[in-house]
Amino acid sequence: MIHENVLRFRNARYLWWSLGLLALSVVLYFTQGDRQPPNGGTWQGYVLGSIGAALIVWLSLLGVRKRSYRSTLGSVQGWVSAHVYLGLALLVVATLHSAAQVNWNVHTLAYVLMCLVIFSGMYGAYVYLENPRLQTRNRAGATREALFAELFELDRQGLEIAEHCNPEVQAVVKSAIQRTVIGGGVAQQLLGRDRSKMIGYDQGGATVDNADQQPVIDLVGRIVPRAEKASEAANLQALLTLLCRRQNILRRLREDIRLQGWLKVWLYMHVPLTVALLGALSVHILTTFLYW
Amino acid sequence: MAEHYRVAIVGSGPGGLSAAGRAAARDREAGSGSPSHILLESYERPAKTIQRYQLGKHVMAQPGFLDLRSDCRFAEGKREAILEAWEQDLASLGVNVRYGVEVTGITGSKNDFVIELGNGDSIGADNIVLAIGLEGNPRRLGVPGENLPGIQYHLEDPRAYEGEVVVVVGAGDSAIENALGLAEQNTVVILNRRDEFSRAKEGNLMLVLAAISDPDRNFSCLYQSAPKAVRENPGGDRPLVLTVDTPEGEQEIACDRIIARLGAVPPRKFVESMGIVFPNDKPTALPELTRQYESNVPGLYVVGSLAGYPLIKQIMNQGYDVIEFIHGNDIEPADNPLLAHQFHALPYSRSVDDTVEMFQRRIPMFSELNALAFRELVIESNVLVSYPDGELYDDASSRIADLQRSLADRSPAPRTSKVIREGDLIFDIGEFGTSFFTIVDGEVRLDDERTGLTTHLQRGQFFGEMSLLSGRPRLERATAGAGCVLVETPRRTMLKLMNSNDEVRAGIDWMFVVRELQRRFAPLAPYAKLGDIADRVTIRQYKAGERVFEQGETGDCLYLVRSGAAKLVRRHEGRALLVAQVRTGESFGDMALMGDPIRRETAEAAVALEVIEIGRREFLELIDLGTSKIEPLQQDVTRRVINSAVMEVRPETGSVVDFLMGHGLGEATNVLIIDADLCVGCDNCEKACAETHDGISRLDREAGPTFGNVHIPISCRHCEQPHCMKDCPPNAIHRATNGEVYIDDSCIGCGNCEVNCPYDVIKLSYEAPAKPSLMSWLLFGRGAGPGEPDSYEPEPAGREKGKKARKCDACVGVAAAPACVTACPTGAAMRIGPDQFIDLVGGR
Repeated sequence: MIHENVLRFRNARYLWWSLGLLALSVVLYFTQGDRQPPNGGTWQGYVLGSIGAALIVWLSLLGVRKRSYRSTLGSVQGWVSAHVYLGLALLVVATLHSAAQVNWNVHTLAYVLMCLVIFSGMYGAYVYLENPRLQTRNRAGATREALFAELFELDRQGLEIAEHCNPEVQAVVKSAIQRTVIGGGVAQQLLGRDRSKMIGYDQGGATVDNADQQPVIDLVGRIVPRAEKASEAANLQALLTLLCRRQNILRRLREDIRLQGWLKVWLYMHVPLTVALLGALSVHILTTFLYW
Repeated sequence: MAEHYRVAIVGSGPGGLSAAGRAAARDREAGSGSPSHILLESYERPAKTIQRYQLGKHVMAQPGFLDLRSDCRFAEGKREAILEAWEQDLASLGVNVRYGVEVTGITGSKNDFVIELGNGDSIGADNIVLAIGLEGNPRRLGVPGENLPGIQYHLEDPRAYEGEVVVVVGAGDSAIENALGLAEQNTVVILNRRDEFSRAKEGNLMLVLAAISDPDRNFSCLYQSAPKAVRENPGGDRPLVLTVDTPEGEQEIACDRIIARLGAVPPRKFVESMGIVFPNDKPTALPELTRQYESNVPGLYVVGSLAGYPLIKQIMNQGYDVIEFIHGNDIEPADNPLLAHQFHALPYSRSVDDTVEMFQRRIPMFSELNALAFRELVIESNVLVSYPDGELYDDASSRIADLQRSLADRSPAPRTSKVIREGDLIFDIGEFGTSFFTIVDGEVRLDDERTGLTTHLQRGQFFGEMSLLSGRPRLERATAGAGCVLVETPRRTMLKLMNSNDEVRAGIDWMFVVRELQRRFAPLAPYAKLGDIADRVTIRQYKAGERVFEQGETGDCLYLVRSGAAKLVRRHEGRALLVAQVRTGESFGDMALMGDPIRRETAEAAVALEVIEIGRREFLELIDLGTSKIEPLQQDVTRRVINSAVMEVRPETGSVVDFLMGHGLGEATNVLIIDADLCVGCDNCEKACAETHDGISRLDREAGPTFGNVHIPISCRHCEQPHCMKDCPPNAIHRATNGEVYIDDSCIGCGNCEVNCPYDVIKLSYEAPAKPSLMSWLLFGRGAGPGEPDSYEPEPAGREKGKKARKCDACVGVAAAPACVTACPTGAAMRIGPDQFIDLVGGR
């Protein structure tokens, strides 16, 4: 494919940039120690700190660049590629800057926030590279909208066939279709949990679990050999096939929603943490200069 | 004789009523008590053709740069408003009009014409203005019962009928439009004499086929069927019964109404009966006229579409002019200033009329054209003139600059001659051609870098036909020589002319073949020899999916793709594999002439395909011309057989290319392909599109087909021969030299392009309302953020402007182009050309 992912962008140009930056940072770090141990306060420490702060500001500007649609300042993909590599490099740069001096203070807070941002970003990079492929395979060429359309059509047909079944089966199948649940809260979407219900067979109208539609399929399967008329058996068979197709579509939809959920959810960490980091970083810099 | 007039005007269409208006004004100026003119109309109201437009039809006032010269009003607008204005004008001007009288014959000569009327009366006249148009009388059903009530030949308002069974007879555009209009609230059967709707515009064709196949609509079609008889059906549910001859035998249809749209009987017989002579026997022939619209019968004048002018405004101007001519005032036609501007920098001191006449004389291909039609062509074209760098060039440029300044306040600005330097580029290799050039004077040099061939073209020759016919970019560099005068005709005007004039079509086709043969087989062969061969090759057309040849057949010809694309499919062990896509300018089937007569593949049209079929004898002659080299041809074939073999062992490549071809990308030049394995669904592409295009996205990322990980979103692919450009009334769709097809502000929102586009990439929408800036959204959460809002209420100003067609313009004029691609954070979106299709899978 002539398409290349963000890691391979232009022969991983920014990987080399960040390796160069790392080399520079390591050199800076180890040239410290004449008058005081490695520390944020040496001139090397200041340089590392300045590089780190500049990186943080630049990395957070991706949100602006991504939305500057008329910008000719490189492609957004290039920015993302650099964002990933330089973001990873930042972890080293900042760690060397801090020289592993941690404490219960705003400086360490900034460091921890930065680490959280980077770790969430690492997870983001992983799902960005992985999930679209899984989703494509899972949807097998169809769009989510098309899957929903197919589901609604199956629902309609299912209800129609159920009309011709005996009243108990009809009630169960109808309720199974009507009380199928897709999506739901964040946790349900991310875990792909199925809270579908149906009216139990011969249970006096009590609601029972219908997770993954298996109970309703099992039920119809159980009734088929007990059918009294040939036409009824044929009807139930058709219903069974349809319920299985429906189960398959529902699984795909749930999986699609699950994968898409993970693809999006990390940004709800990454972005607010970045804002918090920018705040903590400002305080860190300010206090450093105030208490010089 | 009781009545005698100075001028009798026959027909009260735009030409006739404008003439009558002028005649009435003349009468008033002369202060004469009784009118010296009469306007005769067979219908009970003026302008029958326009009365019969469907209700509410938007009538254009093209061309915009031409001024209206008439005593009657006319401006773009609804049919009703225009007709009302005309009726008021006829009354206020005091036109002596007689409705409901049919002219059955005209005899006599100048100053002594006798007009026979259908009611037995006759009228005398000194001069006659024939403004009867080409519509003539509708062709009738021609079967027993054709005069029964309930059979009609036009349909004004399809909504006037409801719950009826209506049979529409005919397969042309008006039949289809009527049938579709009626089908909303009636049951419609359309009778088609043939087995397809080949005469219909593409947009109508798609609509009618969709309606026929839609099970929810009461719309059906009987193919290869013709009406046989109509009878009344007393006591039945429906008043009429139509007997139809179908391939399955006779069938009876009980119906309420029969609408026959079988075209019109041309008025030629009637016109000839007056002594007017036509230049040839072609059904499209028009009478020859003087510049003053006088026919070969002195005193008998012809204006309007019968004189070759198709547009209402021009026809009204003619109506005015012809009365002035009759009154001895030899005014210049209203389009004279337009031509004068276009000729302003020419090195000739001739009148406009003489210059036009000279142009036509010098271009053999156009010499047979009706003089007025040629004049039209020049008006719609650019006139280019070259001068040597220095004083002459500076002088001509400054004259044009002065002229343009004096015309600056006119909108649209009229065209002026374009002054270029000798040695200037006219077009370059790789540009998308949008025009066709004819040489009136001087010399033009064509350089083909691939063959190293240089051609010098002289007066009367033309060039640019390749891009015109095949839609591919220019293969040559054209440079202006000394003293060039060129007519640069827009593609659309040229295609229209080719469709209506067989000589022009044949001339251009022939030259296309000659140059294609030269490029491909015999770069050094003279035109004369190639021309002899060109006479013997065949141009064939195939519809998408049609077979050109089958695997296993014995072949003795090769095919050169002139437009469209073919795919070659090899069947092996029960599997069909695509092994090659063949695009415009490439050939296939050559092996049959180079040692292997058995076709190793099946060749099939991927989209509408036009090929030049070259037989063995012609091929050998081309090779024998002595100037050609067989080695490059053989090398080309070698490359292709290897490619085919590689494709065959990598079926995944073939299946992806097959998928792309199956979705019409055979005719694409620039298409957005998304790698679904990289796409995270953020829709930043759509947002970027909306943000760079007035707030409205022209692409739908999620929709569109997917095969494996290759996803084709709904977005313009900038076809080689854009379907959308076919039928745009204001000519608002253009192609930039880099190939971008875009719509300008003159769009009237008629929706033709939306219907004509087979790929659904054009939509009509209101202007999107303005949004707060990005920063105020980012920082303060104001507005809906970047991208097209899910739904929006158009602002009153936007609603007033109406819906306009929107499509991808490949970001022509946007610096960060294309925005959808540069805005993609993951690299999933890419715009690629057809040569990269194979790479979509390569490297795996």
